[in-house]
Amino acid sequence: MNTLQIKNLSASIADKQILKELCLEIPQGEVHAIMGPNGSGKSTLSKVLAGHPDYEVTNGEALMNGVNILGQDADEIARSGLFLAFQYPVEVAGVSIANFIRAALQARLPDGESIKAVDYYKDLYVQMDELGMDRKFTSRSLNDGFSGGEKKRCEILQMSMLQPQYCILDETDSGLDIDALRIVSAGVNRMRSKDRGFLVITHYQRLLEYIVPDVVHVMWDGKIVRSGDKSLALELEAKGYDWIKEEIAA
Amino acid sequence: MIQATEFDIDTEKGNFRFDTDYAFDAGVGLNPDVVRYISNVKEEKEWILNFRLKALETFLKKPLPTHWATDDLKNINFDVIRYYLAKGQKPSRSWDDVPDDVKNTFERLGIPEQERKFLAGVEAQFDSEAAYSNMKEGLEKEGVIFVGPTEGLRDHPEVFKKWFGKVIPTSDNKFSALNSAVFSGGSFIYIPPGVKLKQPLQAYFRINAENFGQFERTLIIADEGSEVTYMEGCTAPKFETSTLHSAVVELVALKGSKIQYITVQNWSNNVYNLVTKRAMAEEEAEVRWIDCNIGSRLTMKYPGVILRGRKARGEVLSIALANSGQHQDTGAKMVHAAEETSSNIIAKSISIGTGRSSYRGLVRMPKHLKNCKNNTECDALLINSDSQTDTYPAITVQGEGNSVQHEATVSKVSADQIFYMQQRGLSEGEAMSLCVNGFVNDLIREFPMEYSVELKRLIDMEMEGSVG
Repeated sequence: MNTLQIKNLSASIADKQILKELCLEIPQGEVHAIMGPNGSGKSTLSKVLAGHPDYEVTNGEALMNGVNILGQDADEIARSGLFLAFQYPVEVAGVSIANFIRAALQARLPDGESIKAVDYYKDLYVQMDELGMDRKFTSRSLNDGFSGGEKKRCEILQMSMLQPQYCILDETDSGLDIDALRIVSAGVNRMRSKDRGFLVITHYQRLLEYIVPDVVHVMWDGKIVRSGDKSLALELEAKGYDWIKEEIAA
Repeated sequence: MIQATEFDIDTEKGNFRFDTDYAFDAGVGLNPDVVRYISNVKEEKEWILNFRLKALETFLKKPLPTHWATDDLKNINFDVIRYYLAKGQKPSRSWDDVPDDVKNTFERLGIPEQERKFLAGVEAQFDSEAAYSNMKEGLEKEGVIFVGPTEGLRDHPEVFKKWFGKVIPTSDNKFSALNSAVFSGGSFIYIPPGVKLKQPLQAYFRINAENFGQFERTLIIADEGSEVTYMEGCTAPKFETSTLHSAVVELVALKGSKIQYITVQNWSNNVYNLVTKRAMAEEEAEVRWIDCNIGSRLTMKYPGVILRGRKARGEVLSIALANSGQHQDTGAKMVHAAEETSSNIIAKSISIGTGRSSYRGLVRMPKHLKNCKNNTECDALLINSDSQTDTYPAITVQGEGNSVQHEATVSKVSADQIFYMQQRGLSEGEAMSLCVNGFVNDLIREFPMEYSVELKRLIDMEMEGSVG
């Protein structure tokens, strides 16, 4: 039951089909990586799972601990335990990081209960220290004027505060220098646990040196075409995607 | 809450009908007899009656300003409005003496509680007259006057008569003329030289009757070196028909004094809120208008400061929120009439659904003045694709060494922002709310704490149900 199971998922945007009967299962306790060339549908998969309203699901299910999340509102899916670290985190002027995360935590509480400010800030500061973020960050507007590295750190900070059951990281390595990559990866690794599943979407094998996956999948034209252990990532890195294309064609 | 249906008033019949609930009712429609009736109930001196009658003539002569303002003004039917309704009681100094129905209304609005917590004085107006008026002990001894216009002009003419109708002349506009003809209720305040009030004075305006017009009149005089903060709030129940609120507020800030005037306008969305507010600032005086417009069907209000003395300073901080069916036509006026005067305008508007917000700004610096400064920022946030905003700045700057800065932005809450915030678990409404609060955040920080909390709550309430 403690698994995210995607069955025969097809989805389209503006009548263009992107996902084609995709199957994938991420049990809690495992880290799965998806690699694939541009346009293969990796980001679409993450958005569809997160409930983005622009995509139309035409077939299949996505069972999170046995419950189909497709068709639920994005906030409902989020509150039931799915977190998406965005490739391009969105800027929201005037909303401080501290207030935003607090509002997100508050949204998970039953009516009438509220977050205790003292405990909240204690937790927040611990997580920020781990990610090497200055305390001044708390009062900065969400992603507003952040560097690429700051944005990604802020995503991981939110993830660590919200403690989701399933985390999807969409090209978290893009725009990161090597130091930021290390810090972000360490943040993810700290969160690895038997109660949490990860789906790491990336172009490059480099990220997988830091976040070592249990399973690597290759996505091509809207579906998973090959799965293997971490050596598959190295093979892709060495041979490029053309090798997969040729195999599929054959 | 008291419902309008309790009052059995035949709108066809009209004039001078008594009512069990209201001891005084000027009837329906506007004519010299109505004006005489109001003046007579108030036992006013003849000069005031003449002032009113002359104002009525001016009102009737002046056209509606539809050549620049919205045509919605044409929907006001001045002939079906009741211009004066009162219980016939003097304002009580204790809540215990306020009639139950009125007291319950204000209890529900939290006024007595706020008074206990943080106010130096409160006046609570129910339709045409104040039901309650009280000030903290000691302020009277210091010479502070906090009364209604009737008492002000009757008991303290030496203080108020000099400035009454001087900052805003009767003929300033059609609605200032209307107010001058039928004004009733409001605050007349005098702060003696050097007296600095630590806590604010507050007035609360409640419209309770249907087809009613509320025309309060406020005059605040801050004598040399004094300081005062005045706050006003207002609500009305929602009626089927429209209601008119047309106030005139005059502020006089004498040398070195400071006046801060805070409004949180939350009329129900059938109220036409057509208000004229202006201040006169003498040498080194400071006037700050904080003007928040959340409610009403149509608001037209442009608080202004005439900077008459050297180094006088004027400021307008304005927040307007226009939901579907609402038009917030707000702004500011800064008239520089002395050297080294400075002014600052920050206006933020939010349009939701088919709501419309307009900003009108007037800044004037004549040729003979030196070293005047103005800064204007106006920012609009659009929530939905059919939300509307427009900006009409009118800036006239002449002379040497005068400077003006004007900045205007329009932004939209994007679908990407909402999805991002929803992905963190916030509902669409909560996400919108957070965006809107973020947009006005830096401005709200300037407000006294009690009001920033209230305002945030009102914004959250407006955003609930504005999506989906």
